[in-house]
Amino acid sequence: MYRYDEFDHRFVAERVSQFRDQAARRLSGELTEEEFRPLRLMNGLYLQLHAYMLRVAIPYGTLNGKQMDRLAYIAEKYDRGYGHFTTRQNIQYNWIKLEDTAEILEKLAEVEMHAIQTSGNCIRNVTTDQWAGAAADELADPRPVGELLRQWSSLHPEFSYLPRKFKIAVTGSPHDRAAVRVHDIGLRMHLNDKGERGWEVIVGGGLGRTPFVGVTVRDFLPEAELRAYLEAIMRVYNLYGRRDNKYKARVKILVHELGKEEFQRQVEAEYARKPATNVELDVAELQRIETYFAAPAYEELPKFSTGFENARIQDKEFAQWVKVNVAHHKQQGYAIVNISLKPEGGIPGDATAEQMRVVADLGRRFSFDEIRVSHAQNLVLPHVKRDDLYTVYIALKAHNLASGNIGLAGDIIACPGLDYCALATARSIPIAQGISRRFADVKRQEEIGPLKINISGCINACGHHHVGHIGILGLDKKGEEYYQITLGGSSSDDAAIGSILGPGFAADEVADAIEKILDTYLGLRTGPEETFLLAYRRVGEKPFKEALYANH
Amino acid sequence: MSEKGQVLTANRLRDGEVVFLTRAGTWSENIDEAALAIEKEAAAGLEAQGAKAVAATLVTGAYLFDAERKDGHVRALHIRERIRTLGPTVRMDLGKQAEGTAGAFAALD
Repeated sequence: MYRYDEFDHRFVAERVSQFRDQAARRLSGELTEEEFRPLRLMNGLYLQLHAYMLRVAIPYGTLNGKQMDRLAYIAEKYDRGYGHFTTRQNIQYNWIKLEDTAEILEKLAEVEMHAIQTSGNCIRNVTTDQWAGAAADELADPRPVGELLRQWSSLHPEFSYLPRKFKIAVTGSPHDRAAVRVHDIGLRMHLNDKGERGWEVIVGGGLGRTPFVGVTVRDFLPEAELRAYLEAIMRVYNLYGRRDNKYKARVKILVHELGKEEFQRQVEAEYARKPATNVELDVAELQRIETYFAAPAYEELPKFSTGFENARIQDKEFAQWVKVNVAHHKQQGYAIVNISLKPEGGIPGDATAEQMRVVADLGRRFSFDEIRVSHAQNLVLPHVKRDDLYTVYIALKAHNLASGNIGLAGDIIACPGLDYCALATARSIPIAQGISRRFADVKRQEEIGPLKINISGCINACGHHHVGHIGILGLDKKGEEYYQITLGGSSSDDAAIGSILGPGFAADEVADAIEKILDTYLGLRTGPEETFLLAYRRVGEKPFKEALYANH
Repeated sequence: MSEKGQVLTANRLRDGEVVFLTRAGTWSENIDEAALAIEKEAAAGLEAQGAKAVAATLVTGAYLFDAERKDGHVRALHIRERIRTLGPTVRMDLGKQAEGTAGAFAALD
């Protein structure tokens, strides 16, 4: 894992003391809310529906046990005993006091964490594949590039006041688990014939009120050029991004208004000026960073683990959980454990302080002290010996952390919605809970197969409903919540924006509607290997529309 | 019989707690104690008091919302404000509804 150097420590400590002073000046009345608002947002402090909300950055979703313990401590001491893991691999606390915030930031700094750039019109927390460094299909760990970009974008004076927020995702795997096509910039690693690493650069993807799949502006950018090239993109965006209209200010609008060719031409022209000449420095810096992400000291293990196989035979529930939640690891004898934060009827992404401590402890004992947060609002223990899987499972189960639904109907992504969010137009969580209960039976979920249900409580799309295989968008119609359903979205290799199926539904009709959609799918699929998304793409919306609206 | 009008709400600056302006000009955590402005002029008066409290750094983000008083209780007309005066509907153990300062209604009523 990356460790702060002297510079990182100093700059985070400086930010804490700056914020302490700013908050004191706000409380004394020296600063007005208008003056203070951008300052608190630069430190992740929002004012939400019930209270202040603090969003803490978890760079590329990687943290260690000590950090997770600290998140638990903050949940208990300064909040209401829980936190909410987000689709940007961060954590949010919902009941924070302004007068405590500087102290919280100080506690975070002690474990090399902060809340900088989790809000505001800057480059936000860089996200990546939650299986980075562990996935069997990976070309190379994308996190060193994530860290390079974090260092580059942190407090970058030129990019601290962009037209709008800016989100970057990075993947080192041919199977995109980081949703790179729906980010402002998505980076995807490729290898050339010589085995050298290069990056496909995708720009202008995004969700929100105007969703777009990004366009590829470079197929294979040599790794050494990455920062300089991204700088060129940022400069074109910074100059021409629509500052006159908040709703048209994201880079996706610029890319799609200019068209791919013209945007590309401008970026290449800016890049050709070579304003950044210190490319060699990047290579040396990347090599330095890479040493922090060296593979852990794996043991040489046999392919077959007797203990694991016996447990699988004796405990059917464990076998089922393994089948769904455990993924292949690049190292023989190891596995990736996905911890679902989506228990039946639960709140997607929420974890209690106690659960955080359990995961911290398991990470330390069984996963080389590494934990990940996924953009699907789950947690991951990336490097667990197959011999240890049963022990880990039993510990997880004791704390309601062993739901076997990763990638299935119960693994719903949902924003906090109107239960917490000041911008929301409808609630998201109760809709997720209703669907989760409806499809609680694991066998039924398995029969349905891979499915992504995404729920947003407003058009800003924090629940990524546009890229859900089934997307649900909560809106307000004359004071009543109602929900629009979209089908056919995807955030993966086959990225697509879902299409609205028809008129919306009342809150208590949504679970029924989803059930009808899925029953229709089960009835028309060619076989279990034809997933919901494939079937939808084959048959289109008609059968689903007929099933839903026949009697409407 | 119910009276319809507007209530002024804000967040208390130091801790973010949702509060309502009372007839006495103080800020209460309980919507039942809120002043309900029936007339436009009265609402403007509440806003003026709110602006003073904002300037005095007691509260932040003051705004009016539609509400009604029935049987001595004040109820927000829109679901957003009802949730804000109660707490999350998915965590009945949190917020005003758990602290005994909630309004005498349910979010979905």
